[in-house]
Amino acid sequence: MKTKVAIIGAGIVGASIARVLSRYENLEIHLIEKEADVGWGVSKANTALIHGGYDDDPDKYPMRAKLCIKGNRLWHQWVKELEIPHIWNGALIVALKDEDFDELERLLERGKRNGVPEMRIIDREELFHLEPNVNPNALGALYVPIVGQIGPIPAVIAIVENAVANGVKVHLETEVRGIKVENGEVKGVETNNGFIEADIVINAAGLYADEISKMAGIDYFEIHPRKGEYWIFDEGIPGPNHVLFPTPTPISKGVVVTTEISGHLMIGPNAQDLPKDYKDDTSTTRGGLEEVWQKAQEIWPNLPPRWKVIRTFAGLRPEPTGGDFIIKAEEEVQGFINVAGIRSPGLTSAPAIGYEVRDIIERDLGIKLKEKEKWNPYRKEITHFFMLQPNQINELVKKNPAYGRIVCRCNKVSEGDVLEAIERMKFIGVKTPSVDSVKFRTKATTGTCQGSFCKVVIINLLAREYGILPWKVTLKGKGSEIGIGDVKVLLRGEAQ
Amino acid sequence: MNSTILQYDVVVIGGGPAGLAAAVKAKEYGLNVLLLDENDYLGGILPQCIHPGFGIHYFREELTGPEFSHRFMQRVKDLKIDYFVKARVLEIKNYSDLEKIVVFTSPEGAFEVWTKAIIYATGARERHAFEIGIVGDRVAGIYTAGEAQTLMDIYGVMPGKEVVIVGSGDVGLIMARRFALEGAKVKAVIELMPYPGGLARNVMILRDFSIPLYLSHKVVEVRGKKRVEKVKVMKVDENLREIPGTEFWIKCDTMIISAGLIPQVKLLTGIGVEIDPATGGPVVNDLLETTVPGIFVAGNSLLINDLVDYVAEQGELAAYGAKLFIENGGIPAEKWIKLEKGNNIRLAVPHYLSGKRDVYIYARVKKPMENVVLNFPEIDKKIRLPVVRPAEMLRIRLRKEEIAKAKDKITMEVIQQ
Repeated sequence: MKTKVAIIGAGIVGASIARVLSRYENLEIHLIEKEADVGWGVSKANTALIHGGYDDDPDKYPMRAKLCIKGNRLWHQWVKELEIPHIWNGALIVALKDEDFDELERLLERGKRNGVPEMRIIDREELFHLEPNVNPNALGALYVPIVGQIGPIPAVIAIVENAVANGVKVHLETEVRGIKVENGEVKGVETNNGFIEADIVINAAGLYADEISKMAGIDYFEIHPRKGEYWIFDEGIPGPNHVLFPTPTPISKGVVVTTEISGHLMIGPNAQDLPKDYKDDTSTTRGGLEEVWQKAQEIWPNLPPRWKVIRTFAGLRPEPTGGDFIIKAEEEVQGFINVAGIRSPGLTSAPAIGYEVRDIIERDLGIKLKEKEKWNPYRKEITHFFMLQPNQINELVKKNPAYGRIVCRCNKVSEGDVLEAIERMKFIGVKTPSVDSVKFRTKATTGTCQGSFCKVVIINLLAREYGILPWKVTLKGKGSEIGIGDVKVLLRGEAQ
Repeated sequence: MNSTILQYDVVVIGGGPAGLAAAVKAKEYGLNVLLLDENDYLGGILPQCIHPGFGIHYFREELTGPEFSHRFMQRVKDLKIDYFVKARVLEIKNYSDLEKIVVFTSPEGAFEVWTKAIIYATGARERHAFEIGIVGDRVAGIYTAGEAQTLMDIYGVMPGKEVVIVGSGDVGLIMARRFALEGAKVKAVIELMPYPGGLARNVMILRDFSIPLYLSHKVVEVRGKKRVEKVKVMKVDENLREIPGTEFWIKCDTMIISAGLIPQVKLLTGIGVEIDPATGGPVVNDLLETTVPGIFVAGNSLLINDLVDYVAEQGELAAYGAKLFIENGGIPAEKWIKLEKGNNIRLAVPHYLSGKRDVYIYARVKKPMENVVLNFPEIDKKIRLPVVRPAEMLRIRLRKEEIAKAKDKITMEVIQQ
């Protein structure tokens, strides 16, 4: 008999757990997500870094300290197996004042304790060799070559696709409304789409992990949202070669200046604690963006003019009571595992969290896991026109002319790329077609013009492939429909 | 490279009014022409401009956008001009001053075209909400004016029912009318400047449909859960600085951004074409040739025009330039006379004049003025105008004899009478 596992939350954490557990013969895994697609919560908007594992104090935050470096090492394997876009460009934590070196020494020491390889403090001369455009007053830096960058939602998508290929069932647009517990044991999950039976319930609900935990009767922690805002600039603006951090403060690692993987200069985030009930407030603010601008300028004085911005956005980190990741099998409720408060470095730690949860299942829940004889560790990325050589274009176009048609002119995304993305959406069970689902899989709409030319084309492709009317296509799930009807709908008085 | 290799005298990039006019004219000159466009159809933005007002100068009759473009497309067919639609140029290579390579992809495959001259007519793109500093939620219901126009007039999709329009440029005003005609409530047009941004005839729309216009105001924030629910508006002072305490919210489900156009010149900057920061388009001579020999530009990728007639005119001039270029193995060297911007002139094109031919100067002023003289001091030319407005492009003809009077520069300035 198989042990039924329900994982709540298809973000980077839930997805990673699902992938790790999909390896075992005797588990039946259900991944439950309230949004229309995977990775749309905390995973969607963050700095997209694979951190170095040096800045979490192992005495205060043992889980973070342990899982960050372990996650960093695992990502090297996962990006390869799953073809996730990434770069390993290293980080520099820049010292602007003499006192900053004390903090850098502390970080170096902590890095050593956490087992981070290759770190060292570099002097002014070496810093300017590595980053000629850093603040001319910079005095030196802590160099952490093992830091990388990744596409966070592409990562979630890749992991979920692989998990599904290995038998995981995904339930999208499925909101958890209750957890059934009988005689101190979990029995399953109540949702808007009916009851999902489960022997093990894993709470990876991000910002809502405290509310899910309460549904199981466990309420020793709270999650509050901490907002971070970002600016992304047009392509062609020279950014740093490495991820640049200021010397950190107790509350935050500080505003990062980086060239993100698609080549755009990005700055952010600040850290603003929001009231507990602001868990869906991802609005940008004047004050927040201004703060990011000022702080970024401290390490990167040559910021482009404001009109070179192509997007601003905000993300929320789930800050738990106590500050450390909460990853444990709860004793009061047999079969209930909290994976909560996965704030930064959650993206980095995610693969390690997956293995941690597997160990908890074996060790604390006493389930002997049996490996599948055939488990597929690989997943192929969709075609990206912008990565093709001319001869490859011609070969593809011969097979399918859609690959010769450019949809997104800024990022060179072909209709063929979009059609593959739609196929993959269907593969993991996306029911409500959205422009965002295509965007995160292809990069269409994320360039200079922000989709003002290609959004309409994508809407029509989605409408055709899903067999619905164009105005029912959404931007980001139900409630964000592109239109209200055909052009005569108001005159006929039929609009809702 | 496994691409199919083609050879032409002229490659016209962009099948809108500038490109169509250029291709037709170049073919009429007897040149071997290839026209490329990335849309499913030729015509550029015109097929979605279902309102009248096109062709008054060029065809001497008032046409809609589809009618205007149809006439040119008919010429393209009659003249048997080679063209590709759904074709995207990936790269322009400047092989030498006499040869260019245009690499493009299409559903028929990837191609490499060797050509003597290029006429670049790729139009403009619209500024979007992020570029004008609007903060808040990133939700459904935010469209650029052109995007809403494509949705409504090409695909028949009604975006929403309560609309706020940001910017009073022509496209925004025309879309205000379009929404009103479809039964939507246009709750306001918000304009940053103290005067409207569109042509006078389009500003009339607001009165016709009783749409409030807020001058010296800006939208600073948009809020909503899944879709726009409200936008926050603030008044600005004469230096365009926000005035604290003036903010108010407007409830709406749709926000249309009509905040100006930016010439699309990415493929040109890639090969070192010099860009004029005032126009956003290339620096050109009086044949609309850029600083890279053999590359000519026309239409909104040269500068943002108000009237399609001028766009077509520029296309034809660029075709003439290409003809001269090909006939002479390059444009004959000149002592070029520089057109300088004087008082209240924000932009002026072309940048260099030869004195060998008559020229239309296209220019815009910085701020509105009444009872003015348009003055060209070096050549002793004065034109009286009752009014000049930033929204209305000036088109001034200078005769070659006039230009030849200048030594090395001609200043264009607006002075009070």
